[in-house]
Amino acid sequence: MIYLNAFIFCGIICLIGQIILDNTKLTPGHITTLFVVVGAFLDSFDIYDKIVLWAGGGSLVPITSFGHLLIHGAMDTVNNFGIMGLFMGMFDLTSSGIVAAITFSFILSFIFQPRD
Amino acid sequence: MEKSKYKQIVANHTPKENRLYNSLISFIVGGAMGIIGQLLIEAYSYYFSIPTAYASTFMIITLIFIGCLFTGLGFFDKWVNFAKCGLIIPITGFAHAMMSAAMEYRKEGLVTGLGSNMFKLAGSVIIFGVVSAYIFGLLRILVIGG
Repeated sequence: MIYLNAFIFCGIICLIGQIILDNTKLTPGHITTLFVVVGAFLDSFDIYDKIVLWAGGGSLVPITSFGHLLIHGAMDTVNNFGIMGLFMGMFDLTSSGIVAAITFSFILSFIFQPRD
Repeated sequence: MEKSKYKQIVANHTPKENRLYNSLISFIVGGAMGIIGQLLIEAYSYYFSIPTAYASTFMIITLIFIGCLFTGLGFFDKWVNFAKCGLIIPITGFAHAMMSAAMEYRKEGLVTGLGSNMFKLAGSVIIFGVVSAYIFGLLRILVIGG
């Protein structure tokens, strides 16, 4: 059942992005940025946590989960250190994704040539 | 020629894309990405016997690696042209943006090319994500109290 939920949620997020892309002049860069902000907003009020329970991996694959993880890590340290925790824990959960993206694209860019 | 007339002529000759078809394709491809993510999470947590939270981190790393590798091999661009937002919105789009910038600017040198331009396309995601998370976090502290 969770596979169906994952399909529906991830599909609807992509569908909304496609509708925005087709009907406005925004570029894909604008849309991914917009979705990160939306994800951070939804997690600020604990809505995204409920979606994660409902849709599982389907809610962690779209870029909205990046905003969700940013504020989730920040809120964990806020509980321990107060307002200074906002600066400390922001990258706690997202660091793996950023480090992976940097190292993989650095190493692989030596192996492959751009083709056009 | 008047500007409005010119704009009208341009609008008439721009190739029209089938919006319904695009939306359907991106819905199906995006949904398939969600299923792949869930499958990877369950596979990792089953074979490595780790909690779901760590398995989802492994899943994100795997998808980023796949996105970088397929972009390097050259056929991910065609897939993105076909599926559009179905592959841009998932985390593979982030990997695709970074890998394209890295490959494109590597010939301009290691530091001035690769190092300073790698985040050219993907940097806005991180910057706006951090700034908005900071503002929403402050709001949450003020409204709910942590």
